[in-house]
Amino acid sequence: MPDTELTKKENSSKQSETQVLPSGEDLGGAVWSVLETITDPEVPVLTITDLGIVRDVKINGELIEVTITPTYTGCPAMDMIAMNIRMALIENGFTAIKITTILAPAWTTDWMSEAGKQKLIAYGIAVPNKKFTIAADGVECPQCKSTNTKLLSEFGSTACKALFQCQDCKEPFDYFKCH
Amino acid sequence: MQKDLTYKSASQVPPQEGFREAYLLHLADTTLILSQRNSEWCGHGPILEQDIAITNISLDLLGQSRNFYQYATQLINNTTNTKAAKVLPSGEDLGGATDEDKLAYLRTEREFKNLLLVELPKGDWGQTILRQYLFSQYQYLLFEQLQQHADEQLAAICTKALKEIKYHVRWSSEWVIRLGDGTTESNARMIKAIEEIWRYTGEMFIPVEYETISGIDFSALKKQWEEKIKEVFEEATLSIPEKIFMQTGGKTGVHTEHLGYILTDLQYLQRTYPNSQW
Ligand SMILES: [Zn+2]
Repeated sequence: MPDTELTKKENSSKQSETQVLPSGEDLGGAVWSVLETITDPEVPVLTITDLGIVRDVKINGELIEVTITPTYTGCPAMDMIAMNIRMALIENGFTAIKITTILAPAWTTDWMSEAGKQKLIAYGIAVPNKKFTIAADGVECPQCKSTNTKLLSEFGSTACKALFQCQDCKEPFDYFKCH
Repeated sequence: MQKDLTYKSASQVPPQEGFREAYLLHLADTTLILSQRNSEWCGHGPILEQDIAITNISLDLLGQSRNFYQYATQLINNTTNTKAAKVLPSGEDLGGATDEDKLAYLRTEREFKNLLLVELPKGDWGQTILRQYLFSQYQYLLFEQLQQHADEQLAAICTKALKEIKYHVRWSSEWVIRLGDGTTESNARMIKAIEEIWRYTGEMFIPVEYETISGIDFSALKKQWEEKIKEVFEEATLSIPEKIFMQTGGKTGVHTEHLGYILTDLQYLQRTYPNSQW
């Protein structure tokens, strides 16, 4: 996605200009801006901050502590996300890193950012809709915006998605389940 | 008679010690074994969407299982009471600190505390569906209560899992209805599935000693569960068998012959190549 590419480039050029790590309050901001570049391995259009997976960043002297929460209990991407966070922080000069996973409060699609939702729609995935706390016919088609849609399967290509078909434009599409 | 199997040295260990760990292992083993069973459908589902559905459910169950094992690991490793630690994964020398993999891959049949229901062979699609529905409906009602448990980590795992179980219940109940109220063939297969499986459902509501820490009123839970099952069965034109002898033993390590085979499959790699990692 062009947007993501742009942020990445900006970020890497920023890094090459300043080899010295920012200190104090800036440090937290610097960590967050690194985290904002890490994408979800299964829905690569979204970053982990778009998804609301990162719950907290704490700076303790040298130690950077990042707290994350899984979207789904069995999400196989979680280990990879934790590793990617570590790698990205190391690449950006941070060395003492602790990544903690918490389960409560349980992740909810409410934590997904507005920007993230717009990216999902542009990618062809219908966004979580409060009207459908459990996936059902009528989720808006991301292609033609019709609500004349049919649930094909509540289980899709990844744990977070359900499979739909639009009855108007006939396109099948994924729906990011409300969770 | 089977009461002491979980605690080999029951006489030396105060009754409450190790209950929480044992209960977590019961929850972990149950979800692990069902996940493993369902994953046998991977690439063999009746149609692509349903193949994906059953394997998604497997993945959710595996995730729950990992959470329970990880938490059990934490408790076992932090315990200062060596007696309590010893009664847990008995029989195997865990070499000090344990971890989720050791708990899943290095415990023997008699140490597994899963429900008998989940170790039964996958059977045909009807049997898989029926077992999933009977289990998911039970798990939903059970976890709904465990969400309120005083143990915050146990409550957190259950709260998170419920969001997924909601989908398992809906999906499996719809299939029970579709097959029960379907063709003559599908109806006959569902009746056969009930005959095969029903006698393994009683165990869910017959608590063993360590389950006292769950704080669950099992007879009330059973009533709630039966009401839900009855609704779906009625729509599926199926009936609940009456007065059937119920098999028990899984919770205390006394299993059907099927568990040994599934563990052989599951644990093969770790047993053959000890300490191998991904
Ligand atoms: Zn459409």
